[in-house]
Amino acid sequence: MSGSAVTAKVAPGHSPKVETQVLPPPQWVDDDVTLSQITDDIARPLEGRPGKGWWICFAFAFAALLNLGGMVTWLIAKGIGIWGLNNSVGWAFDITNFVFWIGIGHAGTLISAILLLFRQQWRTSINRSAEAMTIFAVMCAGLFPAIHMGRPWDAFFIFPYVPNQRGPLWVNFRSPLVWDVVAISTYFTISLVFWFLGMVPDLATLRDRANAGLKKTIFRILSLGWNGSFRTWARYEMVSLILAGLATPLVLSVHSIVSMDFATSLVPGWHTTIFPPYFVAGAIYSGFGMVLTLLIITRQTMHLERYITMRHLDKMAKVTMLTGMIVSYAYATEFFSAWYTGNLYERYHFINRATGPYAWCFYLMVLCNVITPQLLWLKKIRTSVALLFVVSILVNIGMWFERFVIIVVGLHRAFLPSGWGMFYPTVFDVGILIGSFGLFFTCFLLFIRFLPMIAMWEIKGVSEQSAHQAKTAKTDDREDFRDREVAVNV
Amino acid sequence: MSNKFMVGTFLDSASLIKAVLAVRAHNLRIYDVYSPYPIHDLDLAMGLRRTRLPWVTAVAGTLALSFAITFQFYAAVWDWPLNVGGKPDNSALAFVPICFELTVLISGLATFFALLFRAQLYPGKKERLSTPGITNDRFALVLRTDRVHFDSARALNVLEASGADDVQEMEGDL
Repeated sequence: MSGSAVTAKVAPGHSPKVETQVLPPPQWVDDDVTLSQITDDIARPLEGRPGKGWWICFAFAFAALLNLGGMVTWLIAKGIGIWGLNNSVGWAFDITNFVFWIGIGHAGTLISAILLLFRQQWRTSINRSAEAMTIFAVMCAGLFPAIHMGRPWDAFFIFPYVPNQRGPLWVNFRSPLVWDVVAISTYFTISLVFWFLGMVPDLATLRDRANAGLKKTIFRILSLGWNGSFRTWARYEMVSLILAGLATPLVLSVHSIVSMDFATSLVPGWHTTIFPPYFVAGAIYSGFGMVLTLLIITRQTMHLERYITMRHLDKMAKVTMLTGMIVSYAYATEFFSAWYTGNLYERYHFINRATGPYAWCFYLMVLCNVITPQLLWLKKIRTSVALLFVVSILVNIGMWFERFVIIVVGLHRAFLPSGWGMFYPTVFDVGILIGSFGLFFTCFLLFIRFLPMIAMWEIKGVSEQSAHQAKTAKTDDREDFRDREVAVNV
Repeated sequence: MSNKFMVGTFLDSASLIKAVLAVRAHNLRIYDVYSPYPIHDLDLAMGLRRTRLPWVTAVAGTLALSFAITFQFYAAVWDWPLNVGGKPDNSALAFVPICFELTVLISGLATFFALLFRAQLYPGKKERLSTPGITNDRFALVLRTDRVHFDSARALNVLEASGADDVQEMEGDL
């Protein structure tokens, strides 16, 4: 792994002496924990009763979810006129929320798929909950286009289906909105499969710990009869790798396609080729912000400091900082292009963005997305749980406002001044946004209560490997067993 | 159908690997190895053939791609050409995103189901454990004892000499 051979300098005449220098292996699990201890630590929160902190969080989240149910029912009964939408601003909170939630999901796939391909071992403690976050975030995202249709009972029209009861009329395959439907359905399905498959060995562990009863039956159904066979493990690892390889370009494509909802239009501010990479960077940035928020909550309420260490938080903070700077660069590029192209409408859009009636949203966005990530240069902030939590919340706020600025500021002053208008959110706009957080947090809290939120089998593999490396590094016995003579006396 | 097995249980992966190499050196055939996590390079030690599951991905992906191209062309050009913004019906570039998404979706699902099929995993299957704790912290090496020429005494010796914590005979299915 991190060993490097260094040839010692020798004086002429002496036989060259090779010294092996071995760097200490990375330790992603604190202390020397045994395998059964790992199982106990991670399964304990699922087998006992949840603490006070969990119940308080759950009460808030569930109340917000009930609010969502009520408001969406009312929305379907009355129509989307109860939102603040109007002829000038036909997309506002709904599509902002949609892009926001889809973006949140991206960090989960980045951690579980891209970091798997890069063989980053620190992902093992956080990948399971990050993937769960992806699933729940995509669920929240999917809600908004559906309720924005006004007639959600006709939502199935967005899929081509056979027999086609609309005559031979198909969906328009040249429209980014149709691409979006296919991309997000694919993303949700593949993420769900990846998440579930990753959990199967751990569900088997929980099955074998459970006493006979309902719990055992449920885990038996979900664990698919897993018995730890190495022939299965070998296939399983290959399939995980394939799914990671498929999910990596998928995750980049999903937000690129979401950005094309805007990029392929003619509206000033929505007519730009920079959107795909800009949106992907923004998605990872906001997603890491949300992963930090969730993991800090999980770590503190479930007492998993041994597995979600400060070094994990530090790594995530660094990724947040990097992607934050890519986003800042994209903001600067947008302004530069607006000036450099000489397009009057584009130029007006950006002047309006910084000085118009929604300028406060723009400056809030700059504060949260350009200035806040700079704080993460300081080690003091990266190593303080409380400060990181504050930063992660600011990142979430900033990224929501970024989408609001792109959507609403773009629409409220398009080409003709006679079509200009303003958007003012109603109580239903705000209530449904809060409600979507309720849906997200209710799902997440139920997940950490009932399913293994840390991948036990992956942690076991990593801890064993690092323990093994530490031992071999000490004794300098780094031979490979493949080449070793088998010497067992019988 | 019930088979007879010899199950050697180990407390750590290092002695398991040692046992795997020893058993193979003595020309004993390994039925399977069981562990709570995938042990690095154990497939090489066991001499397992590389899985052919990636072929499923490749074939399913190719079929999905052909389907996506054909279907979009059929719907947008052949069956009901629709003039949107005066753009040509067969705007091949516009078909790329859906081709890509369907390829990923179908090849991913096919690989997943192929794994379940090949490894005989299905919801509600009763688990057949070689030894209790195999999904927690135990490792097991399993040999078939009902084969002709199976030298039970020698197998026992090899397993014990390579550090088995416990060796048990068992009858049943694995």
